[in-house]
Amino acid sequence: MSTQVLMPALSPTMTEGKLAKWHVKVGDTVKSGQVICEIETDKATMEVEAVDEGTIAQILVQEGTEGVAVNTPICILAAEGETVSETPAAAPTAPKAEAPKAEPQPKAAAPQAPSTPAPAAEPEWTGKTVRATVREALRDAMAEEMRRDGKIFLMGEEVAQYQGAYKVSQGLLEEFGDKRVIDTPITEHGFAGLGVGAAFGGLKPIVEFMTFNFAMQAIDQIINSAAKTHYMSGGQMTCPIVFRGPNGAAARVGAQHSQCYASWYAHVPGLRVLAPWSAADAKGLLKAAIRDPNPVIFLENEILYGQSFDMPDDPDFVLPIGKAKIERPGKDVTIVAFSIMVGKALAAAEELAKSGIDAEVINLRSIRPFDTETIVASVKKTSRLVSVEEGWPFAGIGSELAALVMEEAFDWLDAPVKRVHGLDVPLPYAANLEKMALPQIDTIVEAARAVCNR
Amino acid sequence: MANPAATPTVESLPAKKSSQPGDNSVSAEDLKSFYRDMLLIRRFEERAGQLYGMGLIGGFCHLYIGQEAVVVGMQSTLVKGDAIITSYRDHGHMLAAGMDSKGVMAELTGRSTGYSKGKGGSMHMFSREKNFYGGHGIVGAQVPIGTGLAFAHKYNDSKNVSVTYFGDGSANQGQVYEAMNMAALWKLPVIYVIENNRYGMGTSVERASATTQLYRHGEAFGIPGEEIDGMDVLAVRAAAEKAVEHARSGAGPYILEMQTYRYRGHSMSDPAKYRTKEEVDKYRNERDPIDHLRKRLMEDKLTDEAALKAVDAEIRKIVNDAAEFAQHSPEPDPSELWTNVLVGV
Ligand SMILES: Cc1ncc(C[n+]2csc(CCOP(=O)(O)OP(=O)(O)O)c2C)c(N)n1
Ligand SMILES: [Mg+2]
Repeated sequence: MSTQVLMPALSPTMTEGKLAKWHVKVGDTVKSGQVICEIETDKATMEVEAVDEGTIAQILVQEGTEGVAVNTPICILAAEGETVSETPAAAPTAPKAEAPKAEPQPKAAAPQAPSTPAPAAEPEWTGKTVRATVREALRDAMAEEMRRDGKIFLMGEEVAQYQGAYKVSQGLLEEFGDKRVIDTPITEHGFAGLGVGAAFGGLKPIVEFMTFNFAMQAIDQIINSAAKTHYMSGGQMTCPIVFRGPNGAAARVGAQHSQCYASWYAHVPGLRVLAPWSAADAKGLLKAAIRDPNPVIFLENEILYGQSFDMPDDPDFVLPIGKAKIERPGKDVTIVAFSIMVGKALAAAEELAKSGIDAEVINLRSIRPFDTETIVASVKKTSRLVSVEEGWPFAGIGSELAALVMEEAFDWLDAPVKRVHGLDVPLPYAANLEKMALPQIDTIVEAARAVCNR
Repeated sequence: MANPAATPTVESLPAKKSSQPGDNSVSAEDLKSFYRDMLLIRRFEERAGQLYGMGLIGGFCHLYIGQEAVVVGMQSTLVKGDAIITSYRDHGHMLAAGMDSKGVMAELTGRSTGYSKGKGGSMHMFSREKNFYGGHGIVGAQVPIGTGLAFAHKYNDSKNVSVTYFGDGSANQGQVYEAMNMAALWKLPVIYVIENNRYGMGTSVERASATTQLYRHGEAFGIPGEEIDGMDVLAVRAAAEKAVEHARSGAGPYILEMQTYRYRGHSMSDPAKYRTKEEVDKYRNERDPIDHLRKRLMEDKLTDEAALKAVDAEIRKIVNDAAEFAQHSPEPDPSELWTNVLVGV
């Protein structure tokens, strides 16, 4: 049985090449791995090796021929024992027709993304509540989940003996021991990757970043390893991990410690991105994040840690992921915010009420998935939208909101969407400049008045 | 490898294993199976190269030809549940781990029957069943992940280990040292196998590393390391026994630097002009791991020409079947575009 040797493609983009030189002639025996010829591609000269053993029966393309198309037969190899003259001229073993076309099939349109409706809003809490800080809510969420499931552990810088750089993990080392509450070296890329490996191995890590600014050291592991592997493995691998820590500006810590990463992570399929505001959000969403089988980015806020809220008093209180919350219903303008900006938006709404503007305030809670339903329904009611975020404007969450209402509620809009956001500068240190650079209650009030023409 | 039923478990390990090269821990049967396993990888890779040339495999395709002794020797000391992880040059590791050659080849051709349903490709393949954790395209990223797999073994009080492979080029990544530090600090059962094939793409190890004794790169963390002839499957096997035993016993990480060589370019599109033809030929003709073992099998009269021919034929059939399967399986259904982005959605 003889074999045709075909002109090979030697790079992802090569379609033809020059047969520069033959290293064998008719009658030569060749073995697997032996160089038989040289081919010039658009980029380089490369050697072609024989895959099968045999004797060169015919050379079909002569040395020096240019523009030989990929997959053209270039020589015929006779198998062992076969005499050269017996060889039939062409007995292709390579079913060339099977090669998928370089071009996609004509008009092979991608199927529509399946619609994943937002989960139902949680019922209004009517049970007992306790007064708790966001810090306590986060700690309780971790402690309750760790009591339920031995596979959950917490790791990060200063989380154990120091009780957390911001005291969020207070008491956890004492209760769970150093096997499950682990102080890491200062090695974000390393421990984020180690956490991903532990998650692949069946554990459920909670990885604390001292702040999300430092997670930039680890962002490759978060995106390339944690977010993409489930897809790249055709669903075999899962990565149940929570990356949490304070995000955004704190107070007077300067540009390197004061960035909002919401839109960075929200960009990535395969991640969930949550940003709580109240203690109830913090507890209910962190518990949901820990229980979720996917990688979750959990964006906290340092200034909120010490703020107190009424919180459901129930170890089974969990919030749905992907559901925004209408914190204040209104009819004149929709203000969408997340994290610390929810408090500012609510204060702005109070201010607006004094002049007769009835604002609806939506607390996003989940940035990815985005609760399109709640946002669109609200805009259809108020016909005006103001977005509020601490982060920079370009490709920010506000930009996404603006695009969303263009697509889904354009006919209902009575005014262009207005974005309130951190100014497009690295956050300055000076108290006055810092204040100017971040959204304030006044800025939100002004924006709302502007879209309401009042 | 090929027979999963024969894979030993941690429980079935003999109380003490010998770790001297050339002693009785390697039987004639072992030698023959090493030969077969290396030959399977060699032939599989040659065929993958051919399918690439025909346009059936796209993108990047990094062949393992020349380095076969490393994975075969390492794998021979592992037991069920031990985790394996490597870079994008992963076909050999998958075959050594006992993954099906059809499923691997079908992933290379981007078909629905591939290990990742055609959604991962040559560089991103996984098998939960065989504890093969990828297949990683980012140089060095597999090192902290492999260390995390070892962390999980320790956390679960299992006696399993993690074998984490990476290249000489990858040995310059910061995260490698971050991971080594934690592995030593927490005594994690991980064996770092540095496959020093002398080049990271076109950059020789001398042009990339200030100190080229890579096995000593864990010294700052107190990690023992050894330099091994990675072209000799028995040397690899002997070193692996010792390193795996060290990690399994709870003594912490171990580094094995395998001196090896890739015959082909970095990927299919690399003309490999950064090294001489003489250098490549020298390895091929004088150091080839398969030739070397074949010679030994013949000299020790452990086999004969006819038996070797039969192995050859068996391997050719496996590889042909894999190539056929990979060409005739359907591409993924368009609906697969949207699946497996998130679990449970
Ligand atoms: C972070 C990162 N940088 C660069 C590359 C491109 N790249 C892919 S392989 C490679 C060389 C790696 O060499 P080595 O670790 O020695 O492995 P080998 O290819 O020799 O097996 C480079 C630079 C990459 N994939 N990831
Ligand atoms: Mg290398």
